Amino acid sequence: MLRSECLLTDAEDTRPYDCDGLTLYRQLPMVVALPETTAQVAAVLKLCHELRIPVVPRGAGTGLSGGALPHATGVLLSLAKLNRIIAIDARARIATVEPGVRNLAISEAAAQHRLYYAPDPSSQIACTIGGNVAENAGGVHCLKYGLTLHNVLRIRGLTMEGEAVEFGSHALDAPGLDLLPLVVGSEGMLAVVTEVTVKLVPTPQLARCVMASFDRVEDAGNAVATLVAAGIIPAGLEMLDQAASRLVEPHARAGYDLDAAAVLLCESDGTPAEVEEEIFRISEILRSARATRIQVSSSEAERLRFWAGRKNAFPAAGRAAPAYYCMDGTIPRKHLGGMLKAIQAMEQKYGLRCPNVFHAGDGNLHPLILFDDGDPDSVARAVAFGVEILEESVRLGGTITGEHGVGVEKIDQMCSQFGGPTLEAFFGVKRAFDPSGLLNPGKVVPTLHRCAELGGMAVHAGTLKFADLPRF
Amino acid sequence: MAASLESLLDLVRAAAAARTPLRIRGGGTKDFYGNTPSGEILDTRGLQGIVAYEPSELFVTANAGTSLRELEAVLTERGQMLPFEPPHFGDSATVGGCVAAGLAGPRRASFGATHGGVRDFVLGARLLDGRGQLLSFGGTVIKNVAGYDVARVLAGSLGVLGVIVEVSLKVLPRPLAETTLRFELDQAAALVRLNEWGGRPLPISASAWCGGELFLRLSGAPAAVAAARDILGGTEIVGDGPWTEIREQRHVFFSGDPPLWRISVPSTADVVGFGNQQMIEWGGALRWLRSAHPAAEIRAKAQTLGGHATLFRGGDRSQGVFTPLSPALKAIHRRLKAEFDPAGIFNPGRMYAEP
Repeated sequence: MLRSECLLTDAEDTRPYDCDGLTLYRQLPMVVALPETTAQVAAVLKLCHELRIPVVPRGAGTGLSGGALPHATGVLLSLAKLNRIIAIDARARIATVEPGVRNLAISEAAAQHRLYYAPDPSSQIACTIGGNVAENAGGVHCLKYGLTLHNVLRIRGLTMEGEAVEFGSHALDAPGLDLLPLVVGSEGMLAVVTEVTVKLVPTPQLARCVMASFDRVEDAGNAVATLVAAGIIPAGLEMLDQAASRLVEPHARAGYDLDAAAVLLCESDGTPAEVEEEIFRISEILRSARATRIQVSSSEAERLRFWAGRKNAFPAAGRAAPAYYCMDGTIPRKHLGGMLKAIQAMEQKYGLRCPNVFHAGDGNLHPLILFDDGDPDSVARAVAFGVEILEESVRLGGTITGEHGVGVEKIDQMCSQFGGPTLEAFFGVKRAFDPSGLLNPGKVVPTLHRCAELGGMAVHAGTLKFADLPRF
Repeated sequence: MAASLESLLDLVRAAAAARTPLRIRGGGTKDFYGNTPSGEILDTRGLQGIVAYEPSELFVTANAGTSLRELEAVLTERGQMLPFEPPHFGDSATVGGCVAAGLAGPRRASFGATHGGVRDFVLGARLLDGRGQLLSFGGTVIKNVAGYDVARVLAGSLGVLGVIVEVSLKVLPRPLAETTLRFELDQAAALVRLNEWGGRPLPISASAWCGGELFLRLSGAPAAVAAARDILGGTEIVGDGPWTEIREQRHVFFSGDPPLWRISVPSTADVVGFGNQQMIEWGGALRWLRSAHPAAEIRAKAQTLGGHATLFRGGDRSQGVFTPLSPALKAIHRRLKAEFDPAGIFNPGRMYAEP
């Protein structure tokens, strides 16, 4: 079924697969299978189904919520060797690729046609499109260009029984219920992805970035809401608080205003005339929203320098403390300033520092709780800190996860976001796709029994693997 | 009689117990769409009103029975819109019906960014399932990956999973500038041009070819629209162009008797054939066909071209209007239906003869 080197059973060989990007949870799988063809994937699934063996699919393992955590008595199914770009159709503006192809590799292959794949999670040099589909990955350009879901046309996959199934099509719709939005973001629990067709979009002629400083975080938060209300959908809209700016500046030398309470990065892309017009409007609005300093990138090098700080926030956090815990809640934009204030109060309460980087345009928060993973008390405080942020996100009308997924990490917080009947319906969806329940079991959806025992509360922490990889 | 949410819950529970089929209906403007409805009418128009609308948060939440026209008027007042430009097919169209039908209009295939179909703009929904329970999926924020994204599946579900009671939609600013260009081209040449333009960063927000004329709508920043107009050429049209007529199927192409087929294909697909009564939208990805040719031939051709064909209006509907599913998909559909509607009471046969 598989070549012998594609089947790993010794602990020393399976060790690298014992966790994904969330390293707090580790589990050796019974066996790691590395199929090289779709037919081999199907054969593995058929056999596992017959023998009632759980299967956990995995891409590059950069996920941040433990979605690819192995099962002790299961098969860890790596799709990494299915890494061919099957076709780039420049005329139709689509690329058809195997799941193990890296996100950035698609844009690199399409560049000669002046096209690219828009969703750009910051781990894009390493993460695979199969993993992006599993998590419905985002990035810094979602506000304008959409999430993975909005950029995928067709998914070919296999059911747990090993049967081929196709969701979506190369047309803009397909007959029957539109199941693509269930499969995208399903965290490997509904089907195993074997082929993905993504949309490619024309590369903008020009992109420029406005960097604005604010004396108060509330002003920065209000500026975001004002921009959007004025009808501007920037290509990127990111915020760093003062702690985050000071954390990254020594390494990235991005030129951030270290006296500012918050720095906003706002990008415009399009034709030169369009960008000039939009940059003018953005600057006017930011100025009236009490920006204290505004700089506009005058060259591509300068634009990339503005972004360098933001993109290196995570590696910088890794250097600043023994460990850090990244949260991923999303809240309505209007609460951004208030949320920052609330997090500042929590820093006092838990005695831990927490620099903040936000996908401000999407209301997606990435607070970085700095703690000492060698000190159980520090770990416990970090965990409680994280839970309070997520619960506050839900309370403000948001969600516990904007783009990193639930996995094993946030399964308990699902109890605070969803009611019993809705959680039951999620199990119904799972059964409809995977009646045997063998595909990535035990993730994402908590049982009602578990929720009852927790009383709606949650406790978990994690630290990051690949700490030097740019993220988010 | 339109009923409140409480009475709908009672009605559904009673129907589930007695296994009485229910036909979910808003304003009835899309009664023609899908297979012939049957069952006792469950009227959603008692579920009225906009629940929340925050322009700076780019979302609107409305009860299912809210008039689509009124909702769009409220958005227009604040300079925003439903980006999928849905057809109404009548004054009484409701928000719930719009989502359940899942039909998008000319802006569906805007080239470049921020476009999509109905499901791409659904953020959340409340659903009354076949057990008489209220389920709540998604939310009002753009980025949300907690749990399976069931809310988006409701777009185009034709009510077979349950009654949509409330829906949250992403809205977008109306473009600052808009203009329409006209070209004279035959169908094959229009398809070549549309696909070529699609690969360039041009602000095209709608396209329609019919009877030797190609119309293009440009939307966006004034500078971008002006620059694109200069690049593309053609003749600029005074007024709003044919977009509303096409969206609402009041254009002359849609009058007359021959059955109307909706053929969804990759934008680069060849000319469909079956005579010259055709209209092309969505940059080539949507082909409307008036033809009395046998359904099997039209479906086979659509499939060869990489798409599918729906008998949209008229014709012999006894064999089902939608393209049949593969066995693997059919099995998932059947099980999903059984999970949400175990007694099989909602819109039986509206999508496919068997659940």
